[in-house]
Order: sequence, then structure tokens, then C-alpha cells
Amino acid sequence: MIDPHLHHVPRLGRYPSRFRLAGTPIITVMIGSFLTALPIIAQSAILPPFGLLILLSWRLLRPELWRTWIGIPLGLFDDMMSGQPIGSAIFLWTIALIGIDWVEHRMVWRSYRQDWLIAAVAIIFCISGGWFFARITGGGSVSFSLVAPQMVWTILLFPFVVRQCARIDRWRVMA
Amino acid sequence: MARPPSRRPGINRRAQYSLFASYVVALVGAAIGLLLVVVAIFDPTGFAALRVAAAEVSRPASVTMKGMVSGVSSIDEVLAAYWQAGSQNVGLRRQVEADRNRIIESKAIAQENLRLKKLLKLVDEDSSDLLTARLIASSASSARRFARLNAGAWQGVRPGMPVRAPEGLIGRIHITTPNSADVLLLTDTSNIVPVRRASDNIPAISTGLGDGSVEIRALTAGRNPFKPGDLLVTSGIGGVYQPNIPVAVVVRAEGEIAYGVPLANPARVDAVVVERVFEEAVTRPGPSAPAVAAGAEAEASGGNAAAP
Repeated sequence: MIDPHLHHVPRLGRYPSRFRLAGTPIITVMIGSFLTALPIIAQSAILPPFGLLILLSWRLLRPELWRTWIGIPLGLFDDMMSGQPIGSAIFLWTIALIGIDWVEHRMVWRSYRQDWLIAAVAIIFCISGGWFFARITGGGSVSFSLVAPQMVWTILLFPFVVRQCARIDRWRVMA
Repeated sequence: MARPPSRRPGINRRAQYSLFASYVVALVGAAIGLLLVVVAIFDPTGFAALRVAAAEVSRPASVTMKGMVSGVSSIDEVLAAYWQAGSQNVGLRRQVEADRNRIIESKAIAQENLRLKKLLKLVDEDSSDLLTARLIASSASSARRFARLNAGAWQGVRPGMPVRAPEGLIGRIHITTPNSADVLLLTDTSNIVPVRRASDNIPAISTGLGDGSVEIRALTAGRNPFKPGDLLVTSGIGGVYQPNIPVAVVVRAEGEIAYGVPLANPARVDAVVVERVFEEAVTRPGPSAPAVAAGAEAEASGGNAAAP
């Protein structure tokens, strides 16, 4: 039995379009941010920030894909969808991406586990930063224990999301 | 795995500058983001215009999905109806016979009521309801509790208007866009509602806790008067909410604070009613009313519900 994925091979002389190469990752991150439009009326922060998860997955899978400023437009879109104050994700995502760049220059050996660790730190930074911003911009006394469960399952969900991104990536680069 | 391809551009000057410029752009962008957050500290509803585009784009998607979800969630009811259909049919027929008499009785009572009201020259003029709409989405990934309403400024919804369901209070309009509005739910940590105990008028303040429950602080001196099972309704103080909308039921009392659960669950209610700001609805008639109403609305949208 041949692996079904192998049926889909690049044909000689054909290349994926530029839109597919550059647009796919951006569109997937925006879809992740868009998931808050699901008709769930949540009583607490239950939905993991899928936009952030997909952004981190692409960044760690394909370091050469984006420059760090990509956090600005994608963060703005996430802010518009998420209900956080505008500017929150712009700041947190860009700082997280710069941080990942900084770490990458210092790590000699890296594998899947280190990627997960980097993503976990970035997720903790972004969710607690979002919690802090919600608190200071009129949110009153939101307790930290409200976002802690969200943080845990976002970190646990990272391996799954990174797999899906790898799958999409395979489709992306094959014509 | 060895390290991924390095982003260091080597000796290529141009590539070095380009990389450096990208970091500068990113840092400037991050600083602007931080600045926007700082602005939001002083003006939480600012930049609402930025959300307009997103809200308007996502609204059709949310409405469609909401319709699908309602359809799917009622499948089990349809299946359950087939179970014991015969005996249920007989039972329902008897019920209908019994109900018919009651309907005739209640019609007579309604007529009598109308007659008595005319006698008293009492005209029922409750025009506080503005419209009925559905909640279509929410800020499920954020620590704040907002829900999106499928009606907006073009339908007459204004910031500060109370939102309620038949079961009780849902919250208050926070931001409006042309066709949708963000509702600050009762359980949001910044939503403060003046309430009273339904049985004996003890005034209190309800503040959301962000986890689906509310915190209730009595305004009377002395020890905490609340005990589990107490029903709380809006007091009408502050002029935003009408009096006597059910708010929450107390489930636990600890020291000075009592904890309550809202009576209306925004995830369960089918449709919600947007009402006019109470003060506006009361003081509407008369030539000087518009100024008063505008003042009340500005107050309601500017800060939290005024504490009594």
C-alpha cells in the first residue's frame, strides 16, 4: 500500500502560484483568529487563541517565511475579532516573534521538543499579557485563575496544530 | 535536527539592511500597539470604528452558523418525540381538552381586566422595548466577557442600552456598529449593576466575576444579610436598568461578599430584548426631554452603570 499522500507529487515544470505560497499561511492564521465568530456564548475564556497557535506553528515550521513585522497586521486582525483592546495582540505577537528570533540565534540544536518549549513560553507570555491588558483597560479585577486553564490547553493543543500546519504546508509547496 | 537555515544574511550589505529595517518596523509596530492599549486605558470604547469592518464581515457567518447550531441541537428533541408516540398522543389530547376550558376562562378574565383598566383610566404604555435580536458570537478566547448581538446602530441600538431575556438581565450594550453590537455581559468583571433583594428591598451591588457568576456586596452596614436562595432584581437606581428585572440568585455567602448565579444564561436564551435606557424611557415625553435623554445616554455609555 502506497501512502496516499505520495499520490500528490509535484509535476515536472509546474510550480505553485505565488499567492498560494505566500497567502496560505496568512489566511490560515486569519481563519484561526476568525474562530471567535463561532456561535458560542462563552461564560469564561474557553476557546484557545487559535490565531496565535497557528502563527507560532508557521513561524517554527518555516523560519524563513515571515519577517517579524508580520505580527502587526495579523495581530490587528486578531484584536478586531477577539474582543481584547486594540493593540494588545499587535504588541504581544510582535514581541513574541522578535523573542523567537532572538532565541533561534542562540540555540545550536533544536528539535520538536524545543519547538514546543518555545511555543509554550510564547503562549504563556501572550495569554498573560492579554490578561494584563484586559485588566488595565477597564476589565476590573479579572483573576488570573480564569485564564490559567486556557493557557494549559493551548499549550497541549500546540502539537496537534503544528501537525495540521505541516500538512497544509505540504499541499502549499506542491503544485 | 540541526538548526534551521539561518536568517543572518552573511556579507550581503543590502540583505543586512533589509533585515535590520524589518526589526525596526516590528519594534515600531509593537510600540504603536502598546500605545493603543494605553489609549484604551483611558477610553475603553475608543477605536470602535476599527472593529466595524471585522464585525460586519463576521456577522453573516455567525448568523448562518447560529442557524445551523439551533437546527442540530433540536435533533434529539425530534427523536425523543417518536419514543412512546402513541401514549403521548393520548395524553396530549386530554391535555388539550383540559386547556381549552382554561383558555376560555382566561379570555374572559382578560376582557374583564381591560374593562376595569378603562374604568380606572389607566393606559398601559410600556414602550421601553426597542427590539428583539439574537446573540450570535462572543469573545470566547479573551478574559473579557462580550457577546455580539445581531442588531446595531441602524436598528436603533445605542451604547448603554440594557439587554434582557425573559429569564432575566443579560447585560448592557458596549459598542455598536451598523448591523451588530457588542453586549457587555452581566458576568464581565467591569459590569456593575445596582440590585435589591426581591423580598425586602435590601440594596446591593452586583459585579461580574468573569467566570459565569457574580459577586454581590450589600450596601447596608453590618454583617452580610444574604443567604443562599435569595433572589435579586434590578433596583432601577442609576437610571440605566428598569426596576424589577430578575438578575441573579445567591448561591453562597462568605464574609462580606455573597456569590450569585445569573438567572439568564446567555448561551441558552434564544432571543434577547434590547430596552431603552430606563431614564430615557421615563422622561421621554415633553419638550425638554431630548437634552435629558442625551445626557443620560452619554453617562451610561461613558462609565459603568452608575452606582447608587
